[in-house]
Amino acid sequence: MRELKITPIKNGTVIDHIGNGMALEVLRIIGVQTLDKDSTVSVAIHVRSGKLGWKDIVKVENMELSPRKVNAIALIAPTATISIIRDYKVREKRTVDLPERIIGILRCPNPNCISNQPEPVESEFEVVERRPVVLTCAFCERRVDDFLRSLA
Amino acid sequence: MISIHDLSRDEIDSLLDAAKKMIPYAEGSKVTHPLEDKIVAMAFFEPSTRTRLSFEAAVHRLGGSCLTIADAGATSMRKGESLYDTIRMLSSYADAIVIRHPNEGSARLAARASDRPVINAGDGAGQHPTQTLLDLATMREAFGTLTGLRVVLLGDLKYGRTVHSLAHALAVFGSEIVLSSPESLRLPEERRDELKHLGARITDQPDLHEAVREADVLYVTRIQKERFGDEGEYRKVAGSYRIDAGVLAHAKSRLIVMHPLPRAGEVAPEVDHTPHAAYFRQAFLAVPVRMALLNAVLGPAKRGG
Repeated sequence: MRELKITPIKNGTVIDHIGNGMALEVLRIIGVQTLDKDSTVSVAIHVRSGKLGWKDIVKVENMELSPRKVNAIALIAPTATISIIRDYKVREKRTVDLPERIIGILRCPNPNCISNQPEPVESEFEVVERRPVVLTCAFCERRVDDFLRSLA
Repeated sequence: MISIHDLSRDEIDSLLDAAKKMIPYAEGSKVTHPLEDKIVAMAFFEPSTRTRLSFEAAVHRLGGSCLTIADAGATSMRKGESLYDTIRMLSSYADAIVIRHPNEGSARLAARASDRPVINAGDGAGQHPTQTLLDLATMREAFGTLTGLRVVLLGDLKYGRTVHSLAHALAVFGSEIVLSSPESLRLPEERRDELKHLGARITDQPDLHEAVREADVLYVTRIQKERFGDEGEYRKVAGSYRIDAGVLAHAKSRLIVMHPLPRAGEVAPEVDHTPHAAYFRQAFLAVPVRMALLNAVLGPAKRGG
C-alpha cells in the first residue's frame, strides 16, 4: 500500500494531522476560491496516521497562511501541524496554537448581536474553555461551541 | 459598566453602600452637586420611559445636566449612521453615556467607540446591570444582607433578561434560588449550568403556593403574550402565576414581593396595601442606585480631587 498519493510541492504550505474529515473546512478557512491558478491545492481525506488513526492533509502551493487563518485552523483542527515548504524543503514546522481571542473568522450565532449589524467592527470571541473549546462573543456574551456553523 | 459579570462581589457591595447614602439626596431632603459641571448623554435607541426618567432624575439630583436621545427615529441613525459613529460623536459632547439599544452587545460596542464611560441601560435580551443593582439594593434594604436568602424567581425565566442577571448576582452572594415557571418558560440549560458553576443552590418548584411558603423574596416577572402561540394558553399560564392575597396567605410575614414593573396583572392591586409589597420601593431605589453609579464614574473621586 502506498502511503501518500500526493506529490511533493516546491513552495507553499502543508497542513498535516488535520482531524479526520475536516479538510474541507480547512479549505474554507484558507479561502481556496481566492487563490490564483499558480496555487495547486491537493487534498487528502482519510489518510492512515500513526498518531491519529486517520487524518486529512491539505497542501497549497505558493501560499503562506496569515496568523489569523492559522488561528482559525487551530479552532477546528487543534491537532494540525503547519509546514512551510521552500524549494521542496521544510523550512519551518509548527503546531497550531489557539489564541485567547479570535478576531474575525467567525460570525456570532446570535442574529440580534450588534456584531451582526452593519457596524465598523469585526467579530470577536474570547476563548473561555480549551478542551473542548468554548468561546463567548466579546459583544453579546453568547456561548459558542459549534464553530463550523459560525464560520463567517 | 456594561454587564453585571464585570463587577466583583466587593464592587457590588460598595456600590450598594454608596446607593444607601444617596437615598436622602434622591428623595430631595438633602442636596448635593458632585456632577455640577458634568453632562451625561442619554442615548435611548428604544423606548424605555422608566429607565430613562430614573437616570435623568439621578443626573439632576447630582447637579448634572442631560443630553437626551429619546427616540432613535429622530437621530441620523435613521439615515444609516452606525451606532459606532453616533456614540463616537456623542462622546465628544458629553462626559458619560447611558445607552439603551435593541441589539445585544451594543453597550460593549459603545464602550469601544467612546473614550468616556458608558453605562448599559439594557441591550436587547442581553444585560441590564443597573436593574440588577437596584433589585439587590431592594433586597439588602429589606433584609440587611444578600446572603442566605431564599429567592423565588417567578414567571418568564426563559426570555426575562432581568432574571438572568439577578440569578447570577444571587449566586455570587450565596442566596438560594427557587425557580418557578411554566414548563415552556423554564430557565435555559445554559444559564443553569452557568449558575451551578458559580456554586449556586437552585431548585425548581413550579407550584406557586409551595414556592411561596418558605420564601424571603418573591421576584415576579412579566409573562408576555407574544411568547405564546394562542391566547388561551397564555391566559391559562398567566392566571396560574398571579399573585394575590390568597397566594400570600401562607407566606412568611417578612416576605417581600418584587416586580421590575410595569406590571400587567401579575400582581393584584390588593397586594399594594400589604407589607409584602416592595415593588414601588424597588422603583424608587432606581434613582439612588443610578446616582451612586454615576457618582462613581464621574464624581470627585474620579477627578483626582
